[in-house]
Amino acid sequence: MMYQIPMESLDRLLAAIAAQQKLYLPTDNTAGEAVYTEWTQGAALSKKLNTLRSAKDFFFPQIQNMAKFRREGKKIEVIDDRAEADDFCIFGVRACDVRSFDVLDNVFLADPVDTWYETRRKHATVISLACTRPGETCFCHTFGIDAAKAGGDIQCWETKDTFYLEPLTEKGQALADALIAADGELLTQCGADQEALVEKETERIHKILEKLPLYDLKAEDNRERELELFRSKKWKELSSHCLGCGACTFVCPTCQCFDIEDFNNGETVQRYRCWDSCMYHDFTLMAAGTPRLTQTERFRQRFMHKLVYYPKAHDGLFSCVGCGRCLRKCPIHMNIVKVMETLKEEKE
Amino acid sequence: MQNELKWRGLELLKDGAVDRILGWRAGQFVYDITPDVFTDPEDLEKNFIYNEFCGANLSKYLIAESAKEGKVAVFLKPCDTYSFNQLCTEHRIHRENVYVIGIECYGKVSVDALRQRGIDGITGIRSEMGSLKIDTIYGEESVPAMEVYAERCRNCKSKKHVVFDELIGADGEVVDDCDRFDMVEKLEQMSAQERFEFWRGELSRCIRCNACRNVCPACSCEKCVFDNPKSGVLNKAAADNFEENMFHIIRAYHVAGRCTDCGECSRVCPEHIPLHLLNRKFIKDYNELYGDFVAGESVGQMSPVADFTTDRDAEPSVVQKGGDQ
Amino acid sequence: MEKEALIPRIGVVTDIRRDTPDVKTFRVVGTDGNKLFTHIPGQCAMLSIPGVGEAMFSITSSPTLEEYMEFSIKKCGCLTAWLHQMEVGQEVLVRGPYGNGFPVEGAFRGKDLLFIAGGIGLAPLHSVINYCLAHRENYGHIDVVYGSRSMDDLVDLEEIKRDWIGAPDMDVYLTIDREQEGWDGHVGFVPTYVQELGFSTDKTAVLCGPPIMIHFTLEGLKKLGFADNQVFTTLEMRMKCGIGKCGRCNVGDKFVCKDGPVFSFDQLGELPDEY
Repeated sequence: MMYQIPMESLDRLLAAIAAQQKLYLPTDNTAGEAVYTEWTQGAALSKKLNTLRSAKDFFFPQIQNMAKFRREGKKIEVIDDRAEADDFCIFGVRACDVRSFDVLDNVFLADPVDTWYETRRKHATVISLACTRPGETCFCHTFGIDAAKAGGDIQCWETKDTFYLEPLTEKGQALADALIAADGELLTQCGADQEALVEKETERIHKILEKLPLYDLKAEDNRERELELFRSKKWKELSSHCLGCGACTFVCPTCQCFDIEDFNNGETVQRYRCWDSCMYHDFTLMAAGTPRLTQTERFRQRFMHKLVYYPKAHDGLFSCVGCGRCLRKCPIHMNIVKVMETLKEEKE
Repeated sequence: MQNELKWRGLELLKDGAVDRILGWRAGQFVYDITPDVFTDPEDLEKNFIYNEFCGANLSKYLIAESAKEGKVAVFLKPCDTYSFNQLCTEHRIHRENVYVIGIECYGKVSVDALRQRGIDGITGIRSEMGSLKIDTIYGEESVPAMEVYAERCRNCKSKKHVVFDELIGADGEVVDDCDRFDMVEKLEQMSAQERFEFWRGELSRCIRCNACRNVCPACSCEKCVFDNPKSGVLNKAAADNFEENMFHIIRAYHVAGRCTDCGECSRVCPEHIPLHLLNRKFIKDYNELYGDFVAGESVGQMSPVADFTTDRDAEPSVVQKGGDQ
Repeated sequence: MEKEALIPRIGVVTDIRRDTPDVKTFRVVGTDGNKLFTHIPGQCAMLSIPGVGEAMFSITSSPTLEEYMEFSIKKCGCLTAWLHQMEVGQEVLVRGPYGNGFPVEGAFRGKDLLFIAGGIGLAPLHSVINYCLAHRENYGHIDVVYGSRSMDDLVDLEEIKRDWIGAPDMDVYLTIDREQEGWDGHVGFVPTYVQELGFSTDKTAVLCGPPIMIHFTLEGLKKLGFADNQVFTTLEMRMKCGIGKCGRCNVGDKFVCKDGPVFSFDQLGELPDEY
């Protein structure tokens, strides 16, 4: 079943969703970048290709409080103040970020389940949006992702005059039903003619994708070449000017490494987890030293993980979705595409 | 200009005058340029690039490069030469191992500024008579280059090289009317509350990626206090927003008097936080309190707060007291 | 709300023994006086003191002990220094058990076992050796080669003398690095001692100790004719979560906390050597 609504009524649709549950959508911030913000009356959907930070923040926030402890003499009290989350909806998620949820699920939902992640995931409805204007840094196609059919619980398309919605899951259909129940005139069911228009829009997007400079980039299955690639001499060149910052990691929708730390406010100790980066020199540091002595080893770890280790552990699925954020944000423009190209040369 | 730089680099490598060239390596697109070292003339010929996107300041890389055996030639834009001098003052660079090629610069373009104008799907960019012609998969765009220069270039403080062993192109002058303190003045005129809100707003976007610190030529500590788990201010431990804010303010204090206003911090910030304004506030205060002072103007000069004198110190009594004891 | 693996439980320290100048053994039970959880020899647990730190430690007691667990801990960092100054009755946070443990019901069953340990490296082996002794009929001859810097640095020396030396079908070989008054046993490094003793290659060997000891002992065992799949060891990496999610203890696609810490050398041979 597919529904439609005139573009000029998009605000009405957003308001109707927000009346059902908390709604987050990409809006432009003061620095001119798109960020997910909670919808309020008048909030405008960003026209940007994608959000600066990925949608992983909803399920795996940068800082996550875990538990509180109180120490008194020899006693320790554990305060598990986890709260059940409310339902919420993320609107306008691109196909690449939708795939990133699968990548994260494989880690956080694997036994033993991460209950913080799981709770947020259960309560979220993902409304995706087809990319109308992909950029030159996009290469989701490389990983078999279709930017024109973005997936999620409801997938959408925006054309010049019409906005189309297609629920894909029970959760998505339930939201659509709730919207219709609340306002019978909001969504119109699409007929065959309109569905053909969506198909046409999909084809239009596919034609654009074909023109992208990275369209022909191939992701090779390198699971069998783990040791050979690990030992490649190319890592030294590739990493030689890496600053060792965490910009790539933190904007990446699939990077999920975290640290666990305590914050002592004098009364209670708050244990929290926060994003961490394998690019940082202290990431694997122990009292006895670190197995990754230089930036070369740290750099290699990040890309080997995305292109070899993760696929090895998860049936060939890559831990990269081709969103292109690292291509845009690396201060020295050293990125996964350059790594993939270089490793390919190595083979030739 | 790219050809001149490349030709000179090739000559130096082939002559054996230097062992390595520190420059810029071409990427996938016209703008995704990586600082890199070239040792092979053929590699240099093929992959060296110099264009309006070569914004990266190469001076900091010389800390590592100049410590290696042999001689390295480096291309420095006028603003980069200030960082170079400052690092020499701090004994971070082995000057004898470096051959500095100053290069003329009119300003560098920020690709983010293009994107903020809605330009995406970029496949090529050409410079034509002060404007940029941008090819995209959605058609051609044209933008006056000045409008998409990085902030630091729009307010360029100096087109003069404060150090070079040779120069490609002409040397310029210090730009006295660069207006680089305009925004600082605006902030100074705000009420404390307004200013606090301005910074909380800007800094609330910080993701603690440390790109600003790692790229900064003045941040050359071998181990940063924010990387030390025992310091209690671990870099990732942004337990609340206030702590996050303090990171940048502490860093600004630490580089005060040594920051040359090269603007790399703001260039690399993925969240576009105008970090350079913190440093500029210090520079402006220094100028007002101690007389004009430009970090990196020459090698060996002392920062006013590290060089106490009775005649220009804001608090001569303090210096006097110390002297009497 | 369901149980969250990363939220620890409270344990109480009921006994503290000083083993060597820098190693203490802590006995831990739950607040109800019962053992916190059951484990397989070689598995680990996360111990923490709020505001001080959290780290992974080998469970050194045998699973056959039903009343409590023990951890032999060497003082070497912030958390371990704190643990060393605590008194009986102190509560600590515990979560686990983590890791694969030794294949006591798999590859080890029915085999002659050769345990080789250096220094605090005895800690992870302690549990498995006692387990094997408790299920004596399932295992063949047991050899233990254990060395330390000095006599005082031999962990659990009392227990070794009492329970291991002289046990049927078991040989214990102790050594210390340098001559010492009051020591009439063997003097020399573990790898050399293993060579001198020259074990037959039908045994399954387990190594644990400092990297340098492991390196040379493995070389020696290979010279004696041991194959990679006959030799096991345990790895140590920085860990935060203990359940294969935080991403810092990986060696290739394997996580030491989840897929390890016990690996055979033929398994390690297939992994990047970054540990």
